Amino acid sequence: MNNQINAWDSLPVSWRAVVRERLVEGERLVSWFEPDLDAGLRYAAGLLLLTDRRLIAWNNAGTPSDWSLPLPDHELSADERGGAGAVELLSRDRRVGVWRYTAGRAAAAHRLVRLFDRVNVGHIKSDDAGTVCPSCGELITSDDGLCPNCSPASTVPPVSSLIRLLVFARPVHRFMALGFVLTLAATGTGLIAPYLTQPMLDKILIPFAEGKRNDVGPFWWYLSGMAGVTVLSWLLDWARTYTIAWVSERISRDLRMRTFAHLQKLSLEFFGGKRTGDLIARISNNTERLCNFLAINVSGFATDVLLIVLTASIMLSTDFSLAVVALLPFPIIFGLVHLVRARLRRGFAQAEIAWAAMTSVLADAIPGIRVVKAFAQESREVERFRHSNDRVMEVNDRMNLVWSFFGPLMVFFTECGLLVVWAFGAQRIFQKDITVGVLTMFLFYITKVYTRFESLILMIAATQRAAAAAQRLFEILDRVPSVPEPTRPLRPERWQGRIELEGVRFKYGSREVLHGLNLAIQPGKMIGLVGPSGAGKSTLINLICRFYDVAEGAIRIDGVDVRSFSVEDYRKHIGIVLQDPFLFYGTIAENIAYGRPEATRQEIVAAARAAHAHEFILRLPDGYDSLVGERGQSLSGGERQRISIARALLINPLILILDEATSSVDTETEREIQAALETLIQGRTTIAIAHRLSTLRRANRLVVLESGEIKEIGRHDELLQRDGVYARLHRAQVELVQGIGI
Amino acid sequence: MISKFTLHHDVFGRLVFTVSGGEPEVGAEPVRAFPLSAPDHGLSIRSASGRELVWIDNIESLPPDLRRIVDEELTRREFMPVLTHIHHVSAATEPSEWEVDTDRGRTRFVLNSEEDIHRLGPDKAMLIDAQGVRYLIPALQSLDAQSRRILERYL
Repeated sequence: MNNQINAWDSLPVSWRAVVRERLVEGERLVSWFEPDLDAGLRYAAGLLLLTDRRLIAWNNAGTPSDWSLPLPDHELSADERGGAGAVELLSRDRRVGVWRYTAGRAAAAHRLVRLFDRVNVGHIKSDDAGTVCPSCGELITSDDGLCPNCSPASTVPPVSSLIRLLVFARPVHRFMALGFVLTLAATGTGLIAPYLTQPMLDKILIPFAEGKRNDVGPFWWYLSGMAGVTVLSWLLDWARTYTIAWVSERISRDLRMRTFAHLQKLSLEFFGGKRTGDLIARISNNTERLCNFLAINVSGFATDVLLIVLTASIMLSTDFSLAVVALLPFPIIFGLVHLVRARLRRGFAQAEIAWAAMTSVLADAIPGIRVVKAFAQESREVERFRHSNDRVMEVNDRMNLVWSFFGPLMVFFTECGLLVVWAFGAQRIFQKDITVGVLTMFLFYITKVYTRFESLILMIAATQRAAAAAQRLFEILDRVPSVPEPTRPLRPERWQGRIELEGVRFKYGSREVLHGLNLAIQPGKMIGLVGPSGAGKSTLINLICRFYDVAEGAIRIDGVDVRSFSVEDYRKHIGIVLQDPFLFYGTIAENIAYGRPEATRQEIVAAARAAHAHEFILRLPDGYDSLVGERGQSLSGGERQRISIARALLINPLILILDEATSSVDTETEREIQAALETLIQGRTTIAIAHRLSTLRRANRLVVLESGEIKEIGRHDELLQRDGVYARLHRAQVELVQGIGI
Repeated sequence: MISKFTLHHDVFGRLVFTVSGGEPEVGAEPVRAFPLSAPDHGLSIRSASGRELVWIDNIESLPPDLRRIVDEELTRREFMPVLTHIHHVSAATEPSEWEVDTDRGRTRFVLNSEEDIHRLGPDKAMLIDAQGVRYLIPALQSLDAQSRRILERYL
C-alpha cells in the first residue's frame, strides 16, 4: 500500500491529471520515472509509469503507449554511459521501447526497472522500503536517492531552532514565569529612583536654594524612599538572576540528556560519518553555550527591552516633545545595528569555521603524534597549525574592525544624545515649559537607556551564536533511528539459532553492496565468511546484528523475520567479538559483565576462565578489580580480546559473530585466542570473518563473498579443489607467508 | 568442590602446596580475585609460574589451619596502606607530593597526576603513587574534614 501512496505523492503535479485520466479503476501506481531526453539526446519531457498491471509511457508528443503486464519473455533494463542513460524494453527478438535520460535520473530509472521485474513475475511486495542513507542511516524512499535528513542542507532559519528550545522549558515553565515576573519587578523598581529625583529637585532642593523653602524634612523622606527602592531592586535582581540561572541549568541538562540518549539509539551508520570530536563538542560545548545564552543573554535582553519600553513610556507621558528628542538617536542606532548585523553574522560563521579548522589540526596531530614523529614531520604540523591559527586571527581581526568602530560610535551617539537633551531641555526650561527636575530625570533615564544599548547589540551576536548551537543539537535530535521498532514485537520462548538470508540486498546511497544473498545456516554450525576487502562481509554482519535493516529481502531467525523482534531483545541473543575490542573505564569484572550487569562473581570468573583470561587477570595487582580502559591498566591486544570473549560468553548468546577477532594479534596470541574461541563457539550459530584463512579451520562451511555476491560455498578442501576465488585467496596467502619467510 | 590439599611453609619460608597424592608445588602464592570489592570471595592459589593450582570460592570455607596460613601469606604479599589522614599536598600542580597518615604509619609519596586517583564506588577511592604503591580509602565519608577537602579537588 505504501508504494501507491509514495509513488503518487511524489509524482510531479503537472503529470497528475494525465495520469489520473489514463488509469483505470483499481489500478495501483507502483513507480514512475521521467525520461528527460529524446532519441536525439535533446531535452524533452516524458514519463514512464509502472502500475500493478501496466507499463505506460508518455513522450513529449503526448500520446501514451502502454504494455499490459505481465509481459512474458520481456526484459526491462537501465544502463548509463557518460552523462546519459537509457531504459530499454526488450522482447526476445527486438527492442520494443527505449527511454533516454540524464544521469540525475539514474536512481529513479533503476528503481523502476527493479520494480518492473517484480510486477512482471507477479509478486509485488508492499515493503519496498528503499535504501539507507550512508551518513545518517535514515531510510530513503524518494526516487532521487537523496536522504531527506541529510541532503537538502537544512533550510530552517536558525532562530527558529531557538524557539524549539521552548519544548525543553516546559518542565520548568513555572520557574520561567517566576523569572519573568522577577525581571519585570526588578526593572520596574530600578526606574523608581530616577522618577523620585524630579519632585525632590522641584519641590525641595530648588525652592530651598532659592530661599522659598526652609524645611528639609521631606528631602530625607525622598532619599530614604530612593534607598529603599534601590535595595529592593538589588534583592529582586538577585532573585531574578538566580532563578534564571536555575532554569537555564535545568534546560541544558535536559538537552544534554536527550541528545546523549538519542545518540545512543542512532545507527552505526550515523557514527561512521561523524567525527567523534564533533559529536562530543555538540553535546558539551553547544549545550554550555546555550545555557549561558539563556541565563545571561536572554534575561539581559528581556531586562533591556523592558527598561527601554518602560523608560520611553515614562518620558513620553511626562513631556512628549522632550521625550521625542531624547529618543531620536534610537532609530539611527537601530539602523546601524541592522547594517552591522549581517556582517557580524557572517563574521561569526567564519570565525567558527576557522576555529573548527584549527581544532581539527589539533585533533589530527595529537592522536597521530607517533606517525608525525616517525616521519619527522613535526615542523610540517607546526606549519599546518600556524596556517590555521593565523586564519583564526585574520577572521577575528576583521570582526574586531567592525566592533572597534561600532563600540565607540555608540558612545559617541550617547554623548550626542545627551547634548541634544541638554540643549533642548534647557530651551524648554527657559521657556518655563518644564522644571529642572524634569530635565534631571530625563538625563538619568536617557543615560540608563543608552548604557543598555551596547548590551543589546552584544545580544544580537549572542543570539546568532546560540541559534547556531541549538541548530547543531537539533541536527542530532531530529535524526530518526534507522532500525525501526515493530509495534507489536514477537518474543519467542525458545530460540534455536537457524539463520536464513533470502534475497538480501543492501545499498549505501545508490551503490548496491549486496546483490541478493541467499544463505541458510543451521543451528549450532559455524560458517566462515571469506573474501577480499569490500566484498560486503562486514555489511552482511551489520545486517545480521541489525545495526541497520536490509533494503530488500529478509533475514530470518528460526523462520521469523528479524524485523519482527524488538531490537534490544534481539541483540541480547547475539554475541559479538570485534577486531579491536573496546574496554570501558572500570574494573575487569565490570567489563566482562557489560552485557549482563547482574552476573554473579562466580559467573564472571567462570566466563573469564573459559575465555582463557583468568590467569592473566590474576596476575594483575588487583585481579578482577583492576581498572582498565581509557585511564586504567594497559592490556595487550590479546588480553583485551580475551576479555571481550569472556564478555560474549557471559551473555550466553545464541548467535555469535566474530569479526576479524584474531587479525590484530601475533600468532602466539592467536593460538590462545583460538583456544578461547573454541569454547565460545560450542553450540552456537557462529559467523566468523577472517582474513587469515587459518583462523577458519573450525568452520563447518566457508562462504566466499566477492563484490556483494556469494561465489562459493563449501569446505576448505572442496573449495581448493574447485580452484575458484577461495583457492586464489588461499594461494595468495600461502605465497605471502612464504615470501616473508615465516 | 575443593580437592584435598595442604599448605605449609618450607625451611626457606616458601609456601608449599600439595594435593593429596601429588607432587609438592614449591613457591605457591595465594591471590585474591576481588581484592577491593570482595576480598573474601574468590581466592586462587597459583604456582610460581602463574598456573592456577586451586580455586577457592570463599576463604571462610577453608579449614582453620589452612586459613591461618593463607591469611598470613596474603598479609605479607598485599601492601596497600589505608589512608587515614592527609596532612599536606605540595601544590595544585602535578606531580604533587603528599604527606599522609596510613594504617601503617606516616609517609610521603609523589602522585604523578590526578588521574592516579580512582574512585572505586560511591564511597571508596584508591591512589596510586609514582612508584605504583596503592593507597586505599575505604570510606571517604569517615575521613576528617581537612582530608576530605583536599581530596574533593580531585574526585
